[in-house]
Amino acid sequence: MTPFFALLSRDIRLAVRAGGGAALALAFFACVVTLVPLGVGADLRLLARIAGGVLWVAAVLAALLSLDRLFQADYEDGSLDLIALSPLPLEVTALAKTAAHWLATGLPLTVLSALLAVLFDLSLRPTAALVLSLLIGTPAVSAVGAVGAALTLSIRRGGLILPLIVLPLLAPAVIFGSGAVLAVQDGLANGAFYFLAAFSLISVLLSPFAAAASVRLNLAT
Amino acid sequence: MLFRDLSFSLAAGRALSLQGPNGVGKTSLLRLIAGFLRPAAGTIHLRTNGEDVADAEERGKFMGWLGHQDAVKPQLCVREQLAFFALLYESGRDPNEAMRTFGLMPLAGLPGQYLSAGQKRRLALARLQLSARPLWLLDEPLAALDAAGKKLVAETVAAHCACGGIVVAATHEALGVECEKLMLGAPP
Repeated sequence: MTPFFALLSRDIRLAVRAGGGAALALAFFACVVTLVPLGVGADLRLLARIAGGVLWVAAVLAALLSLDRLFQADYEDGSLDLIALSPLPLEVTALAKTAAHWLATGLPLTVLSALLAVLFDLSLRPTAALVLSLLIGTPAVSAVGAVGAALTLSIRRGGLILPLIVLPLLAPAVIFGSGAVLAVQDGLANGAFYFLAAFSLISVLLSPFAAAASVRLNLAT
Repeated sequence: MLFRDLSFSLAAGRALSLQGPNGVGKTSLLRLIAGFLRPAAGTIHLRTNGEDVADAEERGKFMGWLGHQDAVKPQLCVREQLAFFALLYESGRDPNEAMRTFGLMPLAGLPGQYLSAGQKRRLALARLQLSARPLWLLDEPLAALDAAGKKLVAETVAAHCACGGIVVAATHEALGVECEKLMLGAPP
């Protein structure tokens, strides 16, 4: 097993064990999404209409819940020093941590969204579009979030600042993600998927460099 | 500024004990050597096999680090933490051997949250030995250890030096091995 996969599997293990935050994010996602139909009422056409947007916003917020500890936990107990001295360049370290976050949070959220779509009376094709858009888009959430997590890693209660940095940057993912679902419902040509995929690719490509630079800055204090 | 006009060199097989009152910059000096911090002026050289390692991050690949924190994860058991570290550092050393050396075998399956401060320190020391790095940077290696633990640190440091390794340790108490001493913050 290479150092990359060693770090990846260790971070996944930390995320799914007690106090790791992966289960918390999933439960939060399920709670928020369940509350919306209860609040909006039993207007099935309206619910189907807002399903994409609600599930996307809830997914982004849920993913943020477990993001603030991405680097901070390792920074606080000194593990980040040891990881920084490992043979892995910090950029690859950031990529491994981002991938671990997506596998422990983004991917389960995507699977769970297929179940929760039932609450919004979403038919088969829009549900498929929703799941596909989350599958394509959640890596961008983890990637952009990793940059925010790296920037705030040394700040006490940085988890409160993190959403302020990350949420505006994730607007494109929410717009194109929920837009892809609406386009399927309206039977329109669907360009949203391409934009979402482009945004996701660029985020995942650039994020390790930005996150590594932030970690370097924070370690030098 | 923490210090200036500071100059020293260490040959293979030597240990250095950094001493001085709190806040004088012992940890900062260790972080400078490790490459986390950049000196405002001056240079740090690492020569290995007759070649200079200039880049700070490249230099970090030769360092074994023991910080003042133990970097023990509460959710992972002792064996998992050491196995992960051996893989991350590609050291090729056997985690079981390190556990035996530092008396961690009976604790192998215990999650980090149940370890005492001294046991966490032993785990950190086992990890250091597992790193298979030539230059060890130790920040308060004796903290929280009992008499047997301190003796073990002295033996480990001596063994590392005997194999041609270098040790730089920031300590308040004597390391218990023959070593150079550098007093920071002392009047010239």
